Amino acid sequence: MQDYFDSYVVVVALLLIGGGIVAGGLTANRLLRPSRLTDEKLTTYECGVDPVGGDWAQSYVRYYVFAYLYVVFAVDAVFLFPWATIFAAPGYGMTTLGEMFVFLGFLAVGLLYAGRKGVLSWV
Amino acid sequence: MPDLLVIALKLVLVAAGFAVLPLLIGQIEHKAMAHMQGRLGPMYAGGFHGWAQLVADGVKFAQKEDVVPRAADRRIFKLAPAVALVPYLLALIVIPVGPGGQVALDLGPGVFFALAVMGIGVIGAIMAGWASANKYSLLGGMRVAAQLMSYELPMVFAASSAAMAAGTLSLTGIAEQWHWWWLPWQGIGAVVFFTAGLAELRRPPFDMPVADSEIIFGPYTEYGGLRFAFFLLAEYAGILVLCALTTVLFLGGWKGPFLDTELGWLWTLLKVFALAFVVIWLRVSYPRLREDQLQRLAWVYLVPLSLAQLALTGVLKVATA
Repeated sequence: MQDYFDSYVVVVALLLIGGGIVAGGLTANRLLRPSRLTDEKLTTYECGVDPVGGDWAQSYVRYYVFAYLYVVFAVDAVFLFPWATIFAAPGYGMTTLGEMFVFLGFLAVGLLYAGRKGVLSWV
Repeated sequence: MPDLLVIALKLVLVAAGFAVLPLLIGQIEHKAMAHMQGRLGPMYAGGFHGWAQLVADGVKFAQKEDVVPRAADRRIFKLAPAVALVPYLLALIVIPVGPGGQVALDLGPGVFFALAVMGIGVIGAIMAGWASANKYSLLGGMRVAAQLMSYELPMVFAASSAAMAAGTLSLTGIAEQWHWWWLPWQGIGAVVFFTAGLAELRRPPFDMPVADSEIIFGPYTEYGGLRFAFFLLAEYAGILVLCALTTVLFLGGWKGPFLDTELGWLWTLLKVFALAFVVIWLRVSYPRLREDQLQRLAWVYLVPLSLAQLALTGVLKVATA
């Protein structure tokens, strides 16, 4: 358990180094850069003209079906990783392979169903 | 205490690699594109082959004004570049450059860690798209999200195929198990992994989310100066991580014609840069995929192909065990 946490302490150390690199760069930038803000600079950029329309608009979020599909598949995929390390170990072999095809079958049928329903084409 | 010293040294090396290698890839991209497309601009600065162009770009970025638009969500807007950049540094920690502990941290679930951390980088772009309070940025951010969701899946499947073949999740362990016959055996997985990774990095031809001619660089529209440079750096760091992961998972990592232990780092770097060149080559050669073509490629081709690769890996592994 000690080793386990030790290895993630190293990850946290690198995270801090990364934060340091970004913060250091931005600090240097702060010392070097000018700051002459004008009204035009602070306006939202829309191809050089004043912004058109308000901030409330309706649009069709086309990918929500993809989001559902992804969640379903990703949850399945998570189980694949621990399984992948032992499935060919002595004493497993054919049984786990059969199970894998059941698993792949579910995914394939699900994908086929989604495809036949027409949700895989971006309308 | 020497243990601590070794760890500190390795972290410094990782940070140095993170600072230098992406810039090197950027420099190669400048020159390769200039040659392939007959561009004169990048070949001028500093004389010989325009070697000073990247330096000039860096100096320019470092002293440019930092503008946060009035309508933007200030905090998130300022944080986004860091969220986009730092995960790729973290991913480098588990990538081995040679056998026998030539890795900053040999994490047990290494593949899992690398993929999870790479996914976080994409969130930086989504944050930027949302916080900019700009219609084009938001559109770009949404496209980034859609792209991540479609391409993460084949990428994860392909990576787990390599893990199945090796019987371990540790990246060092996978590269140790690698033999030349993995090339035909895991070939489909390798192509799927590399393609899906390109899409996750939003590199051409999968650059619909940042299409500059349609939605003016998508999530990065409102960024300028150093924060914009961080996003660009994140792109090249992402290329480095993707190429390194592909190398370790599918191309044998440090394994070369001779002296694997002593020259492992060299073989790794050679493979990484060969793959990085392919990334640049693809950018120059292919037109941008339309949003619907992009989704179609993922769900109709890459996901079924990666599932087929899983089946192939499982059958052969059990049959030869």
